[in-house]
Amino acid sequence: MPHDSHDHDHDAHALLPPDPALWVKALETLLSRKGYVDPAAMDAILEFYEEKIGPRIGARVVARAWSDPDYRAALQADPTATLAADGLLGRQGEHVVVVENTPEVHNVVVCTLCSCYPWPLLGIPPSWYKSDAYRARVVREPRKVLAEFGLELPEGQSVRVWDSTAEIRYLVLPMRPSGTEGLGAEALAAWVTRNSMIGTGLPERPA
Amino acid sequence: MSDPHEVTRFDEPWHAQLFALTVALSEAGRFSWPDWTEAFGATLARHGLSRELDGGADYYAAWLEALEGLLARLDLAEPGKVEALRNAWEAAYLSTPHGKPVHLADEDAA
Repeated sequence: MPHDSHDHDHDAHALLPPDPALWVKALETLLSRKGYVDPAAMDAILEFYEEKIGPRIGARVVARAWSDPDYRAALQADPTATLAADGLLGRQGEHVVVVENTPEVHNVVVCTLCSCYPWPLLGIPPSWYKSDAYRARVVREPRKVLAEFGLELPEGQSVRVWDSTAEIRYLVLPMRPSGTEGLGAEALAAWVTRNSMIGTGLPERPA
Repeated sequence: MSDPHEVTRFDEPWHAQLFALTVALSEAGRFSWPDWTEAFGATLARHGLSRELDGGADYYAAWLEALEGLLARLDLAEPGKVEALRNAWEAAYLSTPHGKPVHLADEDAA
């Protein structure tokens, strides 16, 4: 159709999505016509990732590990089975490894290949996790990168960087902070930040 | 630092659609998740050589390129058909009155 350059012409037809969106729609159309993908399955996936999951799920796991020694032991011995028992396992069949912070070792997670991330526990990864800057630098100079996140580690605490893969995702189990004695599971979970489960932060007193 | 309890959301609807499409294809057994991450990692590495990727729009542009390439290699989506449908969608948007749902014309069937 002719495309006038007049003002307000864009009101005349439906708003054109950005170019990559048109390519995504084209792929979706072709693949669903071929029967390779079911639009309803796509909707279910989006609902799952956008509505049902997020870092609060991981926070509840951490809070439970802090307050329940048996659960903590099970989480260390067989994290994949322990999380699966609560329906918290990934949809890609990946394994989860829980790495525990101690006064001697601080753990931090990256995916140098792309952006593998424990989605079912933490939701959609933040932009910085996917950036080249983080992916390349946290391996080379972890202390410096952590300092940029406002996390200054004591000299005696070493840093261990875990590189995720499509098959193995890592969840950091931060140390339980002082000032949380006697708190119930819900109150404890409120201390557990997303970044503390990636290793770029520590638990924080809820605002 | 921003809110430590914040939840990340997709910045653009098409990021979410692209993500869901990739997961759905993998769950339907069209390719394994490791196959996908390998293809995506290679594309990211290639892009990262020429410029710094910021993890936002650049990241999903690389995702789209990687998925198109993987689907072409696996013979699941022919690039020519994808391009024809992309143009058909553009034409549909441009010819649909504002406020009406946008549909492809029947003759655009692959």
